[in-house]
Amino acid sequence: MVKRLTPWILAGPASLLVLLLLILPVGATLLATFADAKGWAAPYLAFFNSGFRRTVLWRTVEISLITTVISVILGFIAAYVVAQMPGRLKSIMIIAAVFPLLTGVVVRSFAWLILLGKNGILNSALLSLGLITEPISMLYTEGAVIAAMVYLFVPLMILTLSGVLEGIPKDVLEAASSLGAAPFAVFRQVILPLAMPGLIVGAVLVFTGSFTSYATPQLLGGERQMMMGTLLYQRAMVTFDWTGASTVAAIMVVVTIAIVLVMTRLARRLNPMAA
Amino acid sequence: MRTSLHPALTITASLIFAILVAPLFIILGASVSDTSYLTFPPQGITLRWFTNIFEISAFRTTAITSLQIALLGTALALLIGIPAAYALNRFRIRLPSWLANVFVLPILVPEIVLGFSLLKSVTISLGLPVFIVLLLGHALLVLPYAVRVVGASLASFDFSIEEAAISLGCPPLKTFFTVVLPNISAGVIAAFILAFITSMNDVSVSLFLTGPGISTLPIQILAHMEQFFDPTIASVSVLLMILTVGVMAIVEATLGLTFLTK
Repeated sequence: MVKRLTPWILAGPASLLVLLLLILPVGATLLATFADAKGWAAPYLAFFNSGFRRTVLWRTVEISLITTVISVILGFIAAYVVAQMPGRLKSIMIIAAVFPLLTGVVVRSFAWLILLGKNGILNSALLSLGLITEPISMLYTEGAVIAAMVYLFVPLMILTLSGVLEGIPKDVLEAASSLGAAPFAVFRQVILPLAMPGLIVGAVLVFTGSFTSYATPQLLGGERQMMMGTLLYQRAMVTFDWTGASTVAAIMVVVTIAIVLVMTRLARRLNPMAA
Repeated sequence: MRTSLHPALTITASLIFAILVAPLFIILGASVSDTSYLTFPPQGITLRWFTNIFEISAFRTTAITSLQIALLGTALALLIGIPAAYALNRFRIRLPSWLANVFVLPILVPEIVLGFSLLKSVTISLGLPVFIVLLLGHALLVLPYAVRVVGASLASFDFSIEEAAISLGCPPLKTFFTVVLPNISAGVIAAFILAFITSMNDVSVSLFLTGPGISTLPIQILAHMEQFFDPTIASVSVLLMILTVGVMAIVEATLGLTFLTK
């Protein structure tokens, strides 16, 4: 009897923690949006009837998509070069990617506050070059949020993709070239398809990370560039509209889980190794 | 893979890496600027912003809280996560296949939703103390590292070694500590480091779980920034980056930094 229960005794405490502190509380948050006194869909109607909140949702999707595309491109280029570098240079490049990754989101967003601020380095550079006559305000714009988010996620993309690219056997590439494929054809027909599953996984991490972020939009976007994360906080802790906050939370959960499920399935189907 | 590199690619990649590191040096420069506002390049050199950190008691107390939460939360996550990872690998056929997915949930559910839900359902409804909920929230946040990273080590562990020890009369618990654990130590160290760093840097969960008198360092930094725009934050950031360097040195010495690309 005890023997039969051993697996459950070992896995029990961790499962219980997830059940009691995640499944039940998050479930309660989601359920609360359907148990509103004004009817079961009322909170969602209120969300989508508000032009302001629709704008926030759309802005969040837009910023997350732009961030994902830029991060994938920059991450791919950097990872491609990392994968080809000899040992010493490769370690230096990996350190340059790991260091920002392990430095917290607050510190990394703060760096962009110094870069883009009124007395920031970018403004002083433009002033001294005579391109502008007085400091321009770059903070609290969509561009500022995107720049900081790309900065946040490129290291993640580099590390994900350089692992994938390292794994591509050299023979495959040599075979392609010796059969007459031009370098770009090798990239498009061999490297890209083989890297695609890893690329999709990385892109999903970047998109969901941007979509649910709080610190970066708070610091660099402020009230003017409110995103879903900052809207959730504002609803919950400033206006104490808990149903409204729960609705934002529910939309975030649904979008995140839908994207993860659809894209991981796509990544699996696109994996040429699995066929 | 290795092919010849186009110079344009190498130049672009070097630029990307330069931009990745540059902002962190800008923080370093801003932290020693002898001005009452944040600026780069620094005007004059001073260390007064570093001494200023220690004069603001909120930074000291929240740094201690952050360290306590990160260490205790990680320890708790490993304490319950390692047995779970072991059970998932050792008794795969006797446990339902969906159980492994349960431990992915803390990554899948947006952190900020988790924080908000914990505030609503646990702190307020159950009235648990702030510190306890903060600790449990962080343990939950880092649990996937304990289960999945240790699980990856266990997946390549040959359980017949364990069976050999047990059949030779070694008690199961002793077998675990003397035979299994030494073989998965790299996974445990990796899980510990990733969990500790994640907890130390967390904003979105802590945001809702800090209360009167109890806050974490990142939340305190955010709060300070909303009121002051002086180089104190830059000097706090420098101290946090020194911590990161320390962690990287430990990673390099124990596992090698390349483990992060796997």
